[in-house]
Amino acid sequence: MRNIVLLLFIFLQFTAVAQVDSSLFRRIQKKDSTLKMNVDAVYSRPFLQLGKTPVALGGYVEANSNYMVTNGKTEGLSFQMRRLTIFLSSSIGKRIKFLSEIEFEDGTKEINIEFAAVDIELHPLLNVRGGVIMNPIGSFNQNHDGPKWEFIDRPISATTIIPSTWSNVGFGLWGKYAKNKWAIAYEAYLTNGFDERIINNAQNRTWIPASKLNPERFEESSNGVPLTTLKTAVRHRKIGELGVSWMGGVYNKFEDDGIELDKKRRIDLFAVDFNTRIKNKTYINTEWVWAFVDVPETFSQQFGNKQRGGFLDIVYPVLHRTILGFENATFNVAARLEYADYNVGTFNETGGNIRDDIYAIVPGISFRPYPQTVIRANYRYHWQTDLLGNPAVRTAGFQFGFSSYF
Amino acid sequence: MTKKILLLLTAFLFVLAVSCKQLTEKITPQAPNDDQTLDGPIEGLSTAEKRQFLAGDAAFNGEVFFAATGLGPYFVATSCGSCHAVDGKGHPFTTLTRFGQSDTLGNTYLDQGAPQLQNRAIPGFTPEHIPAGASSAKFMPPANTGLGFLESLTDAQLLANEDPLDANADGISGRANYVHAPDYFIAQSYHQSKNGKYVGRFGKKAAAVDLEHQTVNAYNQDMGITSEYSPLEPAINGLTFPYFDNVPDPEVSGTTVNNVVFYLRALKAPVQRNPYDGDVLAGKQLFLDLKCSSCHTPQWTIQQSRIPALVGKTFHPYTDLLLHDMGPGLDDGYTEGTALTYEWKTPALWGLGLSQKSQGGGYFLLHDGRATSIQQAIELHGGEAQPSKVQFSNLSGSDKGKLIKFLESL
Repeated sequence: MRNIVLLLFIFLQFTAVAQVDSSLFRRIQKKDSTLKMNVDAVYSRPFLQLGKTPVALGGYVEANSNYMVTNGKTEGLSFQMRRLTIFLSSSIGKRIKFLSEIEFEDGTKEINIEFAAVDIELHPLLNVRGGVIMNPIGSFNQNHDGPKWEFIDRPISATTIIPSTWSNVGFGLWGKYAKNKWAIAYEAYLTNGFDERIINNAQNRTWIPASKLNPERFEESSNGVPLTTLKTAVRHRKIGELGVSWMGGVYNKFEDDGIELDKKRRIDLFAVDFNTRIKNKTYINTEWVWAFVDVPETFSQQFGNKQRGGFLDIVYPVLHRTILGFENATFNVAARLEYADYNVGTFNETGGNIRDDIYAIVPGISFRPYPQTVIRANYRYHWQTDLLGNPAVRTAGFQFGFSSYF
Repeated sequence: MTKKILLLLTAFLFVLAVSCKQLTEKITPQAPNDDQTLDGPIEGLSTAEKRQFLAGDAAFNGEVFFAATGLGPYFVATSCGSCHAVDGKGHPFTTLTRFGQSDTLGNTYLDQGAPQLQNRAIPGFTPEHIPAGASSAKFMPPANTGLGFLESLTDAQLLANEDPLDANADGISGRANYVHAPDYFIAQSYHQSKNGKYVGRFGKKAAAVDLEHQTVNAYNQDMGITSEYSPLEPAINGLTFPYFDNVPDPEVSGTTVNNVVFYLRALKAPVQRNPYDGDVLAGKQLFLDLKCSSCHTPQWTIQQSRIPALVGKTFHPYTDLLLHDMGPGLDDGYTEGTALTYEWKTPALWGLGLSQKSQGGGYFLLHDGRATSIQQAIELHGGEAQPSKVQFSNLSGSDKGKLIKFLESL
């Protein structure tokens, strides 16, 4: 922690110097004209190069206000410093790159190394990646930077079923091939994985993100069985990008010190994602996930063995011109529809449907003075039903905030 | 152009600010009416009591136990709120099972994990099973609403309605269940003991003396959580000694238990809906005419209470808290304390009409949830309630509807 603060301090010192001498930092101009895909997200970020060194810096910040009412009760207005993320990248050689992403969430409540990996390009179709990587399950986990989105809250299913941002230590391969209007990519990694927290947590349900609370997951696997993540995606310049991904492994500690404790219990997540831009204007992005968890039969049915969910974002640029003196500014209207079911199944006792689900609709507007900066206002309405299917708890309210790369 | 946009933006923000309150009220979910919910505190609590109520609410509805915080290893539910969603009745999913006692001589299966079955277990453990030959009964979690009102009634008030030998020949012979109080029980001036036992008033068989007794048992027997009141994990069959998990005991503090007890004591009484509706009033008259009120006592007044705001309050729970013979149809062969297997404590009827809001949209009534409608619940009455049930069966469809409408209004 102390080291991170020290690094941040040093970084800010450079920034302060840069304010005096702007030539110290220069914005890196992207030369790559190939079709961009979600697999490229980690490097498709604005960076500032530090002098003539091979080191580049970047990051983003996001903050917002929040006013929510739940069944007529409100905690009032709050201001939230959601994230401060710092990127540091370096070209070690022409075909060896390093990038790290350190994130401060909710002030300093959570400090995470979300990405810190070395890429070695053996061939454009065969890159070796090792370090702390983001498991490519769905698209949001790969492409989660706040300034890229018109919505203040991250998608429910992408954070509570797929536990974005979900990164682990591991190694793997990735590659991309682009020709004319087509591009295809793949990723395959073995990493440390989940642990028993997913059914041993205070959420009272199978809660996959609970594994993020394991402080040792960057040090060792909880059970010695690697988590496998595979993704392939194809993109057509006009049709859009379709991705299919799977992440699976054993989550429980089935053996300790040579003593068998339990059978191996698996967790598997399948995701499909798609994004496109219709007539070069309306942007549509969607991701759906299905999770399967082997929960012991003698445990409570409150902990489901199947989950599913997804979201659909539609963003329509109403104005794209000089606005308030900002050239090429964009004013968007947007809407998100989302759903997550944390317990797909029926009660043993009654045969009735187990609910434990949430639906949300989030209309919003956003203003982008520059592509890297978004000022956004959302109205959120969601209704959450408990596992018994009692009347839903309804929550609605307003959020206003910004997010910007720097 | 820029000026015009700025002007429009300023005007928009001004209008937004002025209309913010009205706008917020229109497009955010409004609170349900007080008569539509079972949760919330009684009126007149002091600030300190309100704080304790909120702390108890957080523990009751917000604290979920899991293996690392002491859950189980053998358990029925993971939190108080799991069984009593929105402070209402439970669901067959959360029904618990008791076993091992078939007469007033006591439970003969205590060394085999009785009286409560822990039918779930954390990973790596095998849940308990009912030993061969043991009698058993399923208990549906009751609503928590208004429990402090019922606890505040004096033993003398309850015993005044006892008629174990049916001296008045009305066919109703309610009696109190005398049970052993736990070591931590401190008798109040309004408690009366008999042969070292006290009047039970909570639980399907009235086997718990007060809310503290009920709460400590629930932590221990339902969730496998130890407290300073109940420091041992629940015994289960197959193990001579209670299993000790790796979480230091007590797994919940005495303060938390006290806060939860206070929360239960300070929950409001349900508010009747449409009390002056013609059908509801007619149904209430039928309820009295059919002598349902002989056991489901409509009204009580609190003489003294640990919560000052309750003193002098008149309330309408529709129970006498006494045991009654409910006939062979409801005799599961299991009992507690001095109750007989066919005797059940009269359940309070207040909040009955809101049961569907905590039972997943349906009704699961009677002690084990076997009745899926109010009418079916009435028709399953027997024993002392047999004459009333027969009279109900002879009512016209319209009158049955009015009586049920009255019960739904409670």
